[in-house]
Amino acid sequence: MDVLKLEDLSVEIAGKRILNHVDLAVPKGKVHVLFGPNGSGKTSLIHTILGFSSCKVVSGKIWFDGVDITNIPINERVKLGIGIAFQNPPAIRGVKLGHVVRSYIEGEGRAARKDIRLARAVNFPIEFLDRDLNLGFSGGEIKRSEILQVLAQKPKFAILDEPDSGVDVENLEVIGKAINNFLEGRSGLIVTHLGHILNYVKADVAHVLIDGRVACSGKSTKVLSQILKEGYTWCERCLRERETEECRGKRRKR
Amino acid sequence: MQGKKEEALKAREKPAALGPDLDLRGFTRDVKPWRCCPAPSLPRDIAQQSLNVGVRPDEKGRAGTYFQIDHSTVSRAIRKTFEGKAEVMSTEEAFKKYDWMDDYWWKVVAVDADKYTALAELEWDKGYFIRALEGQKITLPLQACLFISKDNLNQNVHNVIIAEPNSEMQIITGCTVHPNVQRGLHVGISEFFVKEGAKLTFTMIHNWAQNFDVRPRTGVLIEDDATFVNNYVCLKPVKSLQMYPVAYCKGTNSRARFNSILYGSEKSYLDVGSKVVLQGAGSRGEVTARAIASDNSHIYARGLLIGEHEDSKAHLECRGLLLSDSSLIHAVPELIAKVEGAELSHEAAVGKIAEEQIQYLMARGFSESEAESLIVRGFMDVSIFGLPSQLQDEIKKMVDITTARVL
Repeated sequence: MDVLKLEDLSVEIAGKRILNHVDLAVPKGKVHVLFGPNGSGKTSLIHTILGFSSCKVVSGKIWFDGVDITNIPINERVKLGIGIAFQNPPAIRGVKLGHVVRSYIEGEGRAARKDIRLARAVNFPIEFLDRDLNLGFSGGEIKRSEILQVLAQKPKFAILDEPDSGVDVENLEVIGKAINNFLEGRSGLIVTHLGHILNYVKADVAHVLIDGRVACSGKSTKVLSQILKEGYTWCERCLRERETEECRGKRRKR
Repeated sequence: MQGKKEEALKAREKPAALGPDLDLRGFTRDVKPWRCCPAPSLPRDIAQQSLNVGVRPDEKGRAGTYFQIDHSTVSRAIRKTFEGKAEVMSTEEAFKKYDWMDDYWWKVVAVDADKYTALAELEWDKGYFIRALEGQKITLPLQACLFISKDNLNQNVHNVIIAEPNSEMQIITGCTVHPNVQRGLHVGISEFFVKEGAKLTFTMIHNWAQNFDVRPRTGVLIEDDATFVNNYVCLKPVKSLQMYPVAYCKGTNSRARFNSILYGSEKSYLDVGSKVVLQGAGSRGEVTARAIASDNSHIYARGLLIGEHEDSKAHLECRGLLLSDSSLIHAVPELIAKVEGAELSHEAAVGKIAEEQIQYLMARGFSESEAESLIVRGFMDVSIFGLPSQLQDEIKKMVDITTARVL
């Protein structure tokens, strides 16, 4: 059974089409990867799955664990089991990171100790729990803080938006291992630009997003090596060929 | 004193530079005097209101208390432990006790500044005199409450606060009205003298009524190595409140810090600023303001730093949050450097809650209203002011109650 299923999803932001008839499914217990050049719509796709108001669904549906979530509020989606580590989260003054982390683990007993344990797992300074969310955090600290929040939430399905960008080699290994441990037996979707995280995280299938469309899908290692070898032009060519084929098909029908 | 009266008479019709001009004839001066009453025996409704502005009628955890209702001093007391270390009385009594009171009267606030200072001279209704004696560290806060019990009353207090050399004290002042009071005018003159090596933390909490007008006038003189910290909290509706306290960092290494938390609701008009004049070598100033405007409220958040010494430094920070389309925040940060070397800076940011922040917190499982509430409470985070922990907890509680009620 698919835990996440996007069905013919088209999305506009401020009247501009960003995603075009996207079909994508992640089966239960599987981890998929989303590749794509800058501006291809990866982050918009994630924001749409979460239900951000700026992303207007003009056609299609989003299914999560068999429930149609296309039109439900963000926090309801999160309650169903979606977790997210953002790429560029906003800084929020006066709201402490520890408050958010503990909101997940309260009631589990020993919340205070547990947040410290989780912070250590991603090599995150404990004193940061008392700091304002993302305020004055470095790029690497933001990534670790985001992953820490996902670890505390323990979602059924984790979306990680470029967890490897801006992270130094030492911390990449720590983060990568923490993510890999966490995803064992869980499902997820990892967005990555350069694929560094895949040295640590086992992923099953990769999709390539070009101009708001899924250009191709395949075994993650194969897709990554192809991209590294030929760049995204290879995927663009593939997409154009498919689009030409679709056009021909339509003409034939007529 | 006679000279001051004459100056006041000349300024009787002089409008203030800022804020709506008030017709002073519209208020009554006629009120029955109150009898003396120890703070713990005050009527329950008065006690409750004073508690809401941080003044404890049971006097627990306080070094001393001054309580004035309308034009009468009803209570003034100092805890035994602090006798001979600090003094609390009305300024009227202080004039009787000390022949030097003139040296502290209309010295840092001009009697002819405007019609409100003039009114306070011509129709003076006491006020408090609080003094920490030389070298004394007053370990518990002193408290003062200025209370109005009669509708449409005009109350004009004139306070004098002296921190003698190397003394330390903390004062909490609460100004409030009886729940039955809707209209009125409070004029409060406060003159502070922070002498060599002294440290004074002054916290003022206002809780007025929707049709009430308030015009405080404050001046502070800070001598060598002395520190003045002023915290101002106004969370309840008021018709109009205009004040622009000024601290003169006259001494070498003198320091002034102003922290304000303003919450404008209903039709409140708040025009609140802080001025720091850096005159001494090594003088430092810091002004931090947080303003939230909801409903139809208008807030003018001002700040002015004046660098008059080449070795002086100050920073001004103002952040405003709009919670409704019909509210307004006007931040007016100003810097005047009169000499080379004066280092002055400011940052101001005003806007609505960013949708991006709400959605981020919703993606962490909070509902939309929980997210808004978290952001507003975070915006009013008093921990940035570096207050003593007990005071911080008390103010935090007030802020939490306000935000919980509104959101």
